Amino acid sequence: MSADLLADTELISADLEAALDRMMGPGADDGDVYFQRRRSEHWSLEEAEVKSAGRGLRQGVGLRVVSGERMGLAHTDRLEPGALLEAAACVRSFARQGTTGRAVLDLSRSVNDLYRPADPTGSLSADEKVELLHSLDAEARRADPRVREVFISLSASHDQVLILSAERRLSTDVRPLVRLDVRVVVEQGGKREQGSAGGGGRRDYGLFVETDRAKGYAREAVRRALVNLEAREAPAGVFPVALGPGWPGVLLHEAVGHGLEGDFNRKGTSVFSGRIGEQVASELCTVVDDGSLAERRGSLNLDDEGTPTGRTVLIENGILRGYMQDRTNARLMAAHVTGNGRRESYAHLPMPRMTNTFLLAGGHSREEIIASIDKGLYAVHFGGGQVDITSGRFVFNAAEAYWVENGRIQYPVKGATLIGNGAQTLRMVSMVGDDLALDDGVGTCGKQGQSVPVGVGQPTLRVDGLTVGGTRTGA
Amino acid sequence: MMDVPEAVPALVDSQPLLGRLESALEFARTSGADAAQATIAVTQGTSVGVRLGELESVEYDRAQSLSVTVYFGHREGSASTSDLGREALRETVEAACAIARYTAEDPHGGLPRRDDLAENVPDLDLDHPWLESTDKLLEVALCCEQAARDAGPMIRNSDGASVNSHRSLRCYANSLGFAQAYGSSRHGIGCAVIAGASDEMQRGHWGSSARRPSELEDAGSVGHRAAQRAIEQLGARTISTRTTPVVFPADLAYSLWASVAAALSGSAQYRKTSFLQDCLGQSVASRQLRLYEQPFLPAALGSAPFDDEGVSPRERDLLADGEVRGYVLNSYSARRLGMRTTGNAGGVRNLTLEPGADSFAELLGRMDTGFLVTGLMGRGVNPLTGDYSRGARGFWVEGGEIAFPVHEVTLAGNLRILLKQIVAIGNDPIVRGNYRSPSVLVEAMTLGGKSG
Repeated sequence: MSADLLADTELISADLEAALDRMMGPGADDGDVYFQRRRSEHWSLEEAEVKSAGRGLRQGVGLRVVSGERMGLAHTDRLEPGALLEAAACVRSFARQGTTGRAVLDLSRSVNDLYRPADPTGSLSADEKVELLHSLDAEARRADPRVREVFISLSASHDQVLILSAERRLSTDVRPLVRLDVRVVVEQGGKREQGSAGGGGRRDYGLFVETDRAKGYAREAVRRALVNLEAREAPAGVFPVALGPGWPGVLLHEAVGHGLEGDFNRKGTSVFSGRIGEQVASELCTVVDDGSLAERRGSLNLDDEGTPTGRTVLIENGILRGYMQDRTNARLMAAHVTGNGRRESYAHLPMPRMTNTFLLAGGHSREEIIASIDKGLYAVHFGGGQVDITSGRFVFNAAEAYWVENGRIQYPVKGATLIGNGAQTLRMVSMVGDDLALDDGVGTCGKQGQSVPVGVGQPTLRVDGLTVGGTRTGA
Repeated sequence: MMDVPEAVPALVDSQPLLGRLESALEFARTSGADAAQATIAVTQGTSVGVRLGELESVEYDRAQSLSVTVYFGHREGSASTSDLGREALRETVEAACAIARYTAEDPHGGLPRRDDLAENVPDLDLDHPWLESTDKLLEVALCCEQAARDAGPMIRNSDGASVNSHRSLRCYANSLGFAQAYGSSRHGIGCAVIAGASDEMQRGHWGSSARRPSELEDAGSVGHRAAQRAIEQLGARTISTRTTPVVFPADLAYSLWASVAAALSGSAQYRKTSFLQDCLGQSVASRQLRLYEQPFLPAALGSAPFDDEGVSPRERDLLADGEVRGYVLNSYSARRLGMRTTGNAGGVRNLTLEPGADSFAELLGRMDTGFLVTGLMGRGVNPLTGDYSRGARGFWVEGGEIAFPVHEVTLAGNLRILLKQIVAIGNDPIVRGNYRSPSVLVEAMTLGGKSG
């Protein structure tokens, strides 16, 4: 595998080792050489035509030295021995004497085999891709005469990485990723609204073609847009909120996920710092991060430091159990590595990141949860979210939501931002559904300017109070 | 037009890169393409991060990429690569050509008109090297964080300070014979610290970026402002739901103009996905509003001698007296709308809101009682309808004076209405990247908070 990856370059694996040797001077606690080649493509349709398409290639080597809490990174896209040694010399000077702690490396963890390594861009011919986009456009337009515009984008990437760790272990991973998004604009009586749907995962384009999943996205986008046509003003104020299963798990990602990443907790800047063993959520809540689910968007056979991924219990029956760690933060906190060391590319420093983060199922039916709401919101689809991990405040944007009164869904309301506090919101989870679902594979998480694909999930939940950012007062 | 800038040695020699572009265009031509354009961007620089008085990270960046778009009649295909070797170049152009066989005929596609291409490529004084040594960058970062930590005993922890310094070279060529390059620099200082009181923690952040190092805010002042922003949020509470006037300070007001620019973009107009649809010549905002572009401002972050298609940008109004005076067009969206490109391939250039007469204090006085927002969270803007809903923190203001800090509230409204409800504009403009805006007072928005 490693030979294949380097075959098209002037490099051989001995060059990577030479670079590692040169940069790991005295005082270096850790370090790695990260080689990456990413091929990608995108196809897009608008006005019923495939108007643009493109391919991309990005490759390079990142060299990292870690010393205590310091990290140095130099990277190069010139794949030749001289450039590598130059970069190694550049970062070497940042090591210093004095190591602190040791990461607990669990070498018994087996290597995952979660997805097929083939390049997904070749899984359909160009003609088939064009035909797929046209068939989705037709499906959306057939679904309702009020559909005016249809925008579709189809993309795939094939990411090959080779990691040489400080202990001279060479790991490789070949990561396919596909994604399809459908957005439609509908119009009725001069009023225009939009809706979108999509999905993806670490698979090939077969994911979309099999079982007509892609056509389902097209119909779902139309349905959401039509719901928005009927939407009335959302209320403003604090209300009980029922959150639907799947993608609304973005709540967990923002409310507790980021706050449980090792770096923030080592630095004591998270609202959850130093609170392992404490009750931070209602007893109904068990939250895990699991990078070892087959073919999921957030999954990895091994993280970007070569650590196999696995399931990490973050919160168990409301008690904080653990943080997500990369090698550096695990070492500094004398904790176990968890396979959460991720980087956007060879040109970025790894840090603790989520993979697939979700809340386990409980005992209530969705109907019971909605029926429990006297006056409040039932939110089933969201845009993105954001969190301030220090204060714990987070927001997420409802894209499809309904006003509920006396336990019954009344009417759809316009998209609104929901705001809460991570340290309090999960304590206010009073009902957990039996319908755990993961999202369809569309999540991208941003942290310190780096984007990585992630998954989220949850069953239907009832939160007793979230602030809803609508425009209607006096609800 | 301006002083002759001092010559600085280029980051890399542009001639060999323009030669690469020439080869790419030649490959395209021999592959049967009728037209092509290509861009090479090279960026190099260093970022240094410190925390609690110690070096935390150093990143040496060097990135290069080439992207090419080819046209076969009215079909297009594109490809990009980080490998600028001759073989990779050929493969990239071939990939673009292969893909163009499958895209649809689009009569509006293609290169800009020859007579739209920039005739003069002015030197806009965009390239200013800063500190060459990592140690010097480190010194600045340490000074910045120290100022924040010295701001008071309430500063309990730090997310650190960072300093970065980058230079880039951008080269663009197309098969109409246009081939030009320009260098630019971008430097930044940022700091985030945490203020605490009992079991409460509040984070404060501040940053500054500029092409010319002398235009950066002083490192100590960046740190101090970050600390002040954390401290002043201590004791924040939520307030009840209400309709209230809102002051958007200069460092947040620019986000409103970014939404306006997106709504006036040619692509939103021809796709009919804009909350300001077909509004050319119409009054969409308060009469006080003049929003204009200044693409040739020397050393400014949003300046460029030509746009992403080689077209000269222009100084012009997007809004004047509250009326829409122009859309933001590239050659494609212009052809779609039967208009002429405005040189905006790649976006607006130094979009500026004309300052008003009020000082910031006068703006608060004019509001009398209402909400001063100091932080916004989440995207929460629907570009199609203008519906606006975001998480917010800030201060409750009474009698024109700050009364107490507020957090965990939402601000909602609709941009179509909000633009007409801007009742006063400050005289305190600041630069935020590509935007220059003073503070503004909005007559009424819905603030969502606790019940009762």
